[in-house]
Amino acid sequence: MSTTTETPPAPVADERLTKNAGLAALLRRPEVGAAVAAIVVGVYFSLSTEAFATPGGISTWLYTASQIGIMAVAVALLMIGGEFDLSTGAIIGTTGLTTGIMMSEFGINVWVAIITSLILAIVIGILNGVLVMRTGLPSFIVTLGTFFVLQGLNLAITKILIGKVAVTGLQRADGYVQGQQLFGSFVKIDLGGTLPLTIYAATFWFIAVTALATWVLLRTRAGNWIFAVGGAQTAARQVGVPVFKTKVGLFVTTSVAGWLAGMLYLFKTTGVQSVTGVGQEFIFIICAVVGGCLLTGGYGSALGAAFGALIYGMVSQGIVYAKWDNDWLYAILGVMLLGAVLVNDWVKSRAEALR
Amino acid sequence: MSVETVSEMSTNETILEVKDIGKSFGSVVALRDVSTSVRAGEVTCVLGDNGAGKSTFIKILAGAHGHTSGELLVDGTPTHFSSPRSALAAGVATVYQDLAVVPLMPVWRNFFLGSEVTKGVGPLKRLDVKAMKAITKSELLAMGIDLRDVDQPIGTLSGGERQCVAIARAVYFGARMLILDEPTAALGVRQSGVVLKYIAAARDRGLGVIFITHNPHHAYPVGDRFMLLRRGRSMGDFAKDEITLDELVTMMAGGAELADLSHELQRTMPDSDVAKEFTAEVGEVAGP
Repeated sequence: MSTTTETPPAPVADERLTKNAGLAALLRRPEVGAAVAAIVVGVYFSLSTEAFATPGGISTWLYTASQIGIMAVAVALLMIGGEFDLSTGAIIGTTGLTTGIMMSEFGINVWVAIITSLILAIVIGILNGVLVMRTGLPSFIVTLGTFFVLQGLNLAITKILIGKVAVTGLQRADGYVQGQQLFGSFVKIDLGGTLPLTIYAATFWFIAVTALATWVLLRTRAGNWIFAVGGAQTAARQVGVPVFKTKVGLFVTTSVAGWLAGMLYLFKTTGVQSVTGVGQEFIFIICAVVGGCLLTGGYGSALGAAFGALIYGMVSQGIVYAKWDNDWLYAILGVMLLGAVLVNDWVKSRAEALR
Repeated sequence: MSVETVSEMSTNETILEVKDIGKSFGSVVALRDVSTSVRAGEVTCVLGDNGAGKSTFIKILAGAHGHTSGELLVDGTPTHFSSPRSALAAGVATVYQDLAVVPLMPVWRNFFLGSEVTKGVGPLKRLDVKAMKAITKSELLAMGIDLRDVDQPIGTLSGGERQCVAIARAVYFGARMLILDEPTAALGVRQSGVVLKYIAAARDRGLGVIFITHNPHHAYPVGDRFMLLRRGRSMGDFAKDEITLDELVTMMAGGAELADLSHELQRTMPDSDVAKEFTAEVGEVAGP
């Protein structure tokens, strides 16, 4: 049978290909929507408020976005891998409290305290991952359980150990300054405004985490596997992708990101409460979804989640600068989430239905 | 691994042979006394209706089930596949109906999924995107698919094209023999034709192909050898010159039973179009 010389009815096939290629090129960039939205939000608040575009204003919303963004990027990786983690917010508290109590109450060296909570975060991540993979239960349920367990432990153990719910007096511990330099420092750049532009350590970490996550996702084998286990787990297993390892690794990634966020919070505010981080887990998911992640997995972008966090930072501070009632923040976030889900759903149906 | 070595192989060399092979699950005999062979550069079609034992047969060849009687010979050596991996190591690749592709991922990422090409060392070890895209494009071209853009999600390809990507992937990763599980079952007439073309292309590249189907009209044009299964037993193993398409269809449908069914339809609903069509077809098949 001669197969090489055969030419199918050319005009029809070519036309379809051109259309697909153009649309596919657009679909391949899930972060485009969030990037455009971030610009729109930024321009809007810059024009409508005095303080938003000043160095002092930028410092504030950039810090908020960075603190949220580190987690949003990690959560985005996990969502692309087809899973949820609702315990991420509580882990920020758990790791912050662990390091904080070790340093302030027991005077333990800062590095020992930091490494201890890192190990704790890794253990929680492995626990989440193994539970999800071994039981076959939805990760939504498993991590909801972990979330409540951690929230309870954060409160109970803190009270048992120090008799109150807030940790203070971090500065007493051995080597505090080193930890402070790594997680709590900032750079001031005088741009001639009333306040200088202050860039906190969190922002540098945020940029580093986003760059690393994007690199892993798009340019490494692990990234290929993350997309595959989220997109079609059975198919991935059939072609030899280590599904178990990939998914457990993703849960460890979100936990370790929680640890990083916990350290950044602890050393910037030099304190931590037993409720720190609780309630933020959904904000991370919202940022990831606004950034183009599908709730069903297999599609999304780390950069998109970073833009999602930027939008969150700008909206939450912009509302304050615009002198709106801050009570509206969550309503606006909800509308953003619904809008983003609708857009993503449309994108996915186009990507799958095109043939 | 390279394609050249595959095509340089002398044709008509028997890759795999089964002799009186069978499989029973406890007291249930799923397959009994089945014999056939697959040669390089030839297509062996396994035909059978639903429940005929086709899946059991594939699973033995793919390494998912061990056989409980008879012999499985690879390159003349008796073998027992203990897992799909051991079948793959012997060069026997199976393309299942679901194709094992991730719809939202680009074609080239799907092509190399699980066996990615990397460059660099240590933390700088990264995907060799350029090489993978180029290989995907050229491998698909060799199978007769000219994709302008291997970056498009594989879900945007037609069913036939996706089947082809799965076949090309198996060939590239060292398969000497392909088992295709009902590749045309879910496809329309045109797409089925496309897949048959790729089966022929794989054959022309020197691969042995086992083509499982319940449609003799798909099997006959590309097949070199036909093995019919019915109720877990082989109804014969024929070379192409030993059997005609009509004989194949008749055997496949079970000629006598088909005639009975036709009479019954005539009796119960004599005026229906279905009955008329059916009678015409049976007459045509049984005619010569």
